[in-house]
Amino acid sequence: MIAKVIVTPKPVVNDPQGITVKQGLATLGFREVSDVRVGKYIEVSLEAASEHEARQRVEAMCRQLLANHVIEDFHFEIETDGHKKR
Amino acid sequence: MKFGVLVFPGTWSDRDCGWVIDQVLGEQLTYLWHKDADLKGCDCVILPGGFAYGDYLRTGAIARFAPVMEKVGEFADRGGLVWGICNGFQILCEAGLLPGALIRNASLEFRCQWTNLSVERVDLAYTSQCEEREVIRVPISHGEGSYFADPATLSRLEQNGQVVFRYCDDGGRVVPSANPNGSLHNIAGIVNKRGNVLGMMPHPERCSEPELGGTDGLKLFRSVVESAARVMVS
Repeated sequence: MIAKVIVTPKPVVNDPQGITVKQGLATLGFREVSDVRVGKYIEVSLEAASEHEARQRVEAMCRQLLANHVIEDFHFEIETDGHKKR
Repeated sequence: MKFGVLVFPGTWSDRDCGWVIDQVLGEQLTYLWHKDADLKGCDCVILPGGFAYGDYLRTGAIARFAPVMEKVGEFADRGGLVWGICNGFQILCEAGLLPGALIRNASLEFRCQWTNLSVERVDLAYTSQCEEREVIRVPISHGEGSYFADPATLSRLEQNGQVVFRYCDDGGRVVPSANPNGSLHNIAGIVNKRGNVLGMMPHPERCSEPELGGTDGLKLFRSVVESAARVMVS
């Protein structure tokens, strides 16, 4: 199974990278952009007996290491046999 | 007094700290490797600056799992002096020994410059040689030193008087223009509630000899030495 983890800065955390990218997009003419947040994408390949088990394990990985709860939110998808589930 | 300077792969300020301890102050020094299983009887453990484990994932995120960190946590719980400088501060936050987190500088730039710090606590082992609201000049050198904590944590820090250093101007005024990285409340350094675990982004070890352009950093090291006699650690 593959877990596709996305970590983003919490809405209350200032994201200077996002602000800078937004300004860059505006310079290129993408004036419709109202906000940009820059986060991380982490792909974790793992063995698990079931999708439920994989989900629990990845949740624990996110809480203990992949995301810092003080400044970041996370969500992930589990991919099994080509099926994508959130 | 025996200082232990912790060395992770990627730490880079360990020798600077060590120099101040044994060459400038003439105190006992030992380097502690990240795989060490004990703290070798140190009275104060310093987590120096650098990029421990390459700062992969987040600053300090991997370092907190180093074997020696478990001992550092136990030492802190017993009231031992644990002093995180720059990357060390980031590691202490990731390890949960201090609240909050250090995020990317608001400017997105790596900032290497002198800063003025207003000393807001002088009753600590780290600052006993300073005067209240004294302005000390200490350099910073970081890309991710913007202090963040949620509003509840921040107000708790303020209420408990846990903010030790704030970026200020020459006159000691804590103003936005003196803030080099976007830290909330201009926070440059905080202490845990008990007062034995200090984290600070500026580098006192880089201003502890006149040749380096200033000696204000030495006040902090001297404070620790002076306080050692009074702080008994089991």
